[in-house]
Amino acid sequence: MSFLVINQVSMGFGPPEARREVLSGVDLSVEQGEIIAIVGYSGAGKSTLLHLVSGLLKPDTGSVRLDGRIIEGPGPDRGVVFQNYSLLPWMTVAENIRLAVDSVFPGWTEAQRAEQVDRHIHLVNLTPARDRRPGELSGGMRQRVSVARALAMDPQILLLDEPLGALDALTRGTLQDEISRICRASGKTVVLITNDPDEGILMADRIIPLSAGPGATLGPSFPVVLDPTRDRRALNHDPHFKELRAEVVAWLLGPGARPAVSVSRKLILPDLEPEDLEIPKPLIGGRRRPRRRSEERRETVDLNP
Amino acid sequence: MADHVEISHLSKVFPTPKGPLRVVKDFNLRIRQGEFVSLIGHSGCGKSTVLSILAGLSEASAGGIVLAGRELTGPGPDRGVVFQAPNLLPWMSALENVLLGVDQVFYTASREERRQIAEYYLTVVGLGEALHQLPSELSQGMRQRVGIARAFALSPKMLLLDEPFGMLDSLTRYELQQVLLDLWNRTRLTALMVTHDVDEALFLSDRIVMMTNGPEAEVGEILHVPFARPRRRQELLEDPEYYRLREQLIEFLHVRAYTLKGQTPRGRATDGDHGPPPSTQTASPVAAAGA
Repeated sequence: MSFLVINQVSMGFGPPEARREVLSGVDLSVEQGEIIAIVGYSGAGKSTLLHLVSGLLKPDTGSVRLDGRIIEGPGPDRGVVFQNYSLLPWMTVAENIRLAVDSVFPGWTEAQRAEQVDRHIHLVNLTPARDRRPGELSGGMRQRVSVARALAMDPQILLLDEPLGALDALTRGTLQDEISRICRASGKTVVLITNDPDEGILMADRIIPLSAGPGATLGPSFPVVLDPTRDRRALNHDPHFKELRAEVVAWLLGPGARPAVSVSRKLILPDLEPEDLEIPKPLIGGRRRPRRRSEERRETVDLNP
Repeated sequence: MADHVEISHLSKVFPTPKGPLRVVKDFNLRIRQGEFVSLIGHSGCGKSTVLSILAGLSEASAGGIVLAGRELTGPGPDRGVVFQAPNLLPWMSALENVLLGVDQVFYTASREERRQIAEYYLTVVGLGEALHQLPSELSQGMRQRVGIARAFALSPKMLLLDEPFGMLDSLTRYELQQVLLDLWNRTRLTALMVTHDVDEALFLSDRIVMMTNGPEAEVGEILHVPFARPRRRQELLEDPEYYRLREQLIEFLHVRAYTLKGQTPRGRATDGDHGPPPSTQTASPVAAAGA
């Protein structure tokens, strides 16, 4: 049996009369040590899916099992990195991580805990900033703290919920490389949620698109067979990268992810020449007629929203 | 055909406490009628400055711009602008936001015709069902669709797009690029777009103007994008030529944008105020451009 198994999970929100189905019939198996990326539209239910694993939400139907046991609630065996960092603003970098270590390893000695904190601060290259508070850190640095905090709990699985969504493109690139490196070195099972197909391909072993909601469900798995270092410049030449990129994007933009609801609509577009507003408008009574470039166009538009 | 837009010897100098800062220096560009041109470059290279001078929102320090035979002196409805944030009026519905400009430019037309114009463009961008919703009831992607409809509805002589999809997530960005392209295919408005997204520039443009680093940014190189129109993303992504051009752009942004200015290419990790090992400081080519 796989390490993480999601079996026929459905989930909705709202009162029975106005219920919104978010996920329906989701199946997923993740092996130990595997890094997977779930890619989908905003609002499709990616975070809902992740929180069924973190234990912050419970499925309406179906089951989520980690290492054979049904997930009943949140626990330190699953480390979560949120998009908005969720650090305590009055605590320093070291204190934020220490809080997690203290809660998870109450039996450890003072020295062991301090060592665990320092080792993880070093892992994310934040040693010079260990005594600063989140308000004094850049977005990228805050997200590093959040990653260090999650890993310092030594979880069985790491859940990354759009960890880089709030960062600018350059910082995002740097952190993609860094988080991939740390995840691979730790050998942990990782579930990454993202809306960027490129990010999924760069970081994961397997990429699985989530269809647009309501009632979102997972699409086919696309294995990423690339050298783990994934040098970005070299990837641009890599035929597998190009093919994968095209396939994943095609699935997400295609009918599998977005059922085509084609509506035809008759529209009228009066084909008028815009008026030159620098010419003074005529006084009342001298109303001009619009200049027509041609007779009005009637068009039937096929809408594939 | 004569050039529709002529930008000649454009310069922009900002006064700063340390003395005048020349952001744009001797910028020249000619755009043909119906051509879609992109300006690409790093932040601070002055690409948005050029666009805002074109929009009439900023004044040139030297040089000038001629649009369809007339020199530009200020903002006007002959240029439709799509901003990074759509800047809709929050108390007006999508339809009213579009009508605001349409009522001005087509004041000689009947009320019914003006409404048809606004409704047409909103429907084509996929908001046929959301005409009467307020901006607060629309998602960010839908608001930007209103912004696009609003610019096209004026039938401007030129379209100006300032990182129109910069604030959207990747998939919404893909969708809206398609919406923009579909609308552009119907109208073939002359367009100038500022972007730092390599894929976006390749998908939309006929020509990509690469800017060297600022200050004193200049036109570095120009890339012609030969793909036939109408374009489909799927076909482009499978075309080997696409990746060759993509590489050329990335290479420019990461090496020649610097070397052409006598600078050394360097890692551009922006949150560099931590103590990193060298590995985190190396440039990540796709990151800047792709993502």
